[in-house]
Amino acid sequence: MLTADSLFQIDLELKKYPESQKRSAVMSALRIAQSELGWLSQDTIKFVAGYLGLMPMAVYEVATFYNMYDLAPRGKYKLTVCTNLPCALSGGEDALDYLKRKLSISIGEVTADGRFSLHEGECMGACGYAPVVLVNNHSMCRNMTPQAIDSMLAEFD
Amino acid sequence: MTVYTKGVVFDGVDFDDPDCWKLDRYVKRGGYAALRKIIEGSISQDSVIAEVKLSALRGRGGAGFPTGLKWSFMPRQFPGQKYLVCNTDEGEPGTFKDKDIIELNPHALIEGMIIAGYAMGISVGYNYIHGEIFQDYRRFEAALQEARDAGLLGENILGSGFSFQLYAHHGYGAYICGEETALLESLEGKKGQPRFKPPFPASFGLYGKPTTINNTETFASVPFIIREGGQKFLELGKPNNGGTKLFSISGHVSRPGNYEVPMGMPFAELLALAGGMRDGGKLKAVIPGGSSAPVLPAQIMMDVTMDYDSISKAGSMLGSGAVIVMDESVCMVKALRRLSYFYYEESCGQCTPCREGTGWLYRIVDRIERGEGSLGDLDLLESLGKNIAGRTICALGDAAVMPVQGMLKHFRDEFLFHIENKRCLVH
Repeated sequence: MLTADSLFQIDLELKKYPESQKRSAVMSALRIAQSELGWLSQDTIKFVAGYLGLMPMAVYEVATFYNMYDLAPRGKYKLTVCTNLPCALSGGEDALDYLKRKLSISIGEVTADGRFSLHEGECMGACGYAPVVLVNNHSMCRNMTPQAIDSMLAEFD
Repeated sequence: MTVYTKGVVFDGVDFDDPDCWKLDRYVKRGGYAALRKIIEGSISQDSVIAEVKLSALRGRGGAGFPTGLKWSFMPRQFPGQKYLVCNTDEGEPGTFKDKDIIELNPHALIEGMIIAGYAMGISVGYNYIHGEIFQDYRRFEAALQEARDAGLLGENILGSGFSFQLYAHHGYGAYICGEETALLESLEGKKGQPRFKPPFPASFGLYGKPTTINNTETFASVPFIIREGGQKFLELGKPNNGGTKLFSISGHVSRPGNYEVPMGMPFAELLALAGGMRDGGKLKAVIPGGSSAPVLPAQIMMDVTMDYDSISKAGSMLGSGAVIVMDESVCMVKALRRLSYFYYEESCGQCTPCREGTGWLYRIVDRIERGEGSLGDLDLLESLGKNIAGRTICALGDAAVMPVQGMLKHFRDEFLFHIENKRCLVH
């Protein structure tokens, strides 16, 4: 189900923990699987459980507890905007509104062409760089004024 | 964003240098000298802990517990594996200092953890990093590899016979994992739901083994303390409030950012350092220690100094040092509504008073904000607070209640205005 490269990356993560504690690698393994497949289907969760020797429910619990795991398909570019208070004082809500208008979608929706989905996030620990937009969970864009959002969107294929 | 330092955690860092995080730059500014001093001088474990105690370093994650004392709780002669854990799961709204430490000076943290491992006789450590700052997780992994390649980390460090392995572990979006026992559960690959204490992590921690957990900034202060001496660190701050502290300043200031300044700096001076109020606004209120800390109005804030004792006397807490600055354009009902939503969203769901109570708090503040509240709602909020705080396994319940109590204490009139006039006084 996963490529050899993804499995290799999971094996590297497993090396960080004691032999008897493979379960510790579950968060990385789910992250690696999601990066390859775009989201976590129940089959993917079962596969990760099998690979780590865990009960599927133990892995499902983790996938549903942490909010950066996507349990449904999302846009090719998943855009998450922090609107918590410190960010809101420096334009976080404006950035989200601008993206809604620009992409003509609401929070949780995917554009018709499947390229973008828009999400409201909780504190990302980067309030000094507000407004902050997280792209595909792993790439944080800082100081996202409308102009900066325009140039960010122009860079995506 | 600005990063400013009077030295300790960011001692000597050239923030304009894109490679300032690298090992060679760190060594050039005195990095790993503390580790060498301990190993080459065969300084005893007790002496290292004594130096940290002398410095009066207090935990920088929010609780302010004396670090040297915490280290002395670790059973030294325990026969099995012990663990050292760093908490870089920084998700308290307003806090963004640990992010900059691992982005700009990761080796200070690595060196601090190696020294802590040495002092407590621990051979394995993990750094748990907030999921949303994944680029910094990668950066930290690169710094670890540099340290391993240079023989500073791993087996037989600098030929001393002391070995210490350190690994990075990432979260994936759960504020609760900043709570130390939730973090341990998460590190074990489970849902991040806090454990009952006692037993404390020093006796039953990661995988049930003795574990010491400290915040990123705490560990990153250790190399300076060992290199320059605990006394020098102490003298940078105030008695019982040693050293410098990183303040993350966000909101309505001209230059938001991280400011590493001596403990006990007057707030007015800190505000001036951050460029003063943005666009000439007038200061209305400040949340001085992250979103969980009760808000303080401008007139109280302008008289406090930035240390644990002064802020606590003023009725709030220094917490993690996250200073959220608000000018007069802010509606306090709306501000509280957003914070209450956060705690509702992030409650782990384990304890009923928090799981249900945070939802009640949010819905009531929300209806007041929409002009649909009634006078009884303010009493209801107070009574809910009493039924949540102190009745849960971890402090998230208290953290959800404190902002509500602070707002009702200092800005009750704004809430009353919303209820009586069904509109906002500010907007």
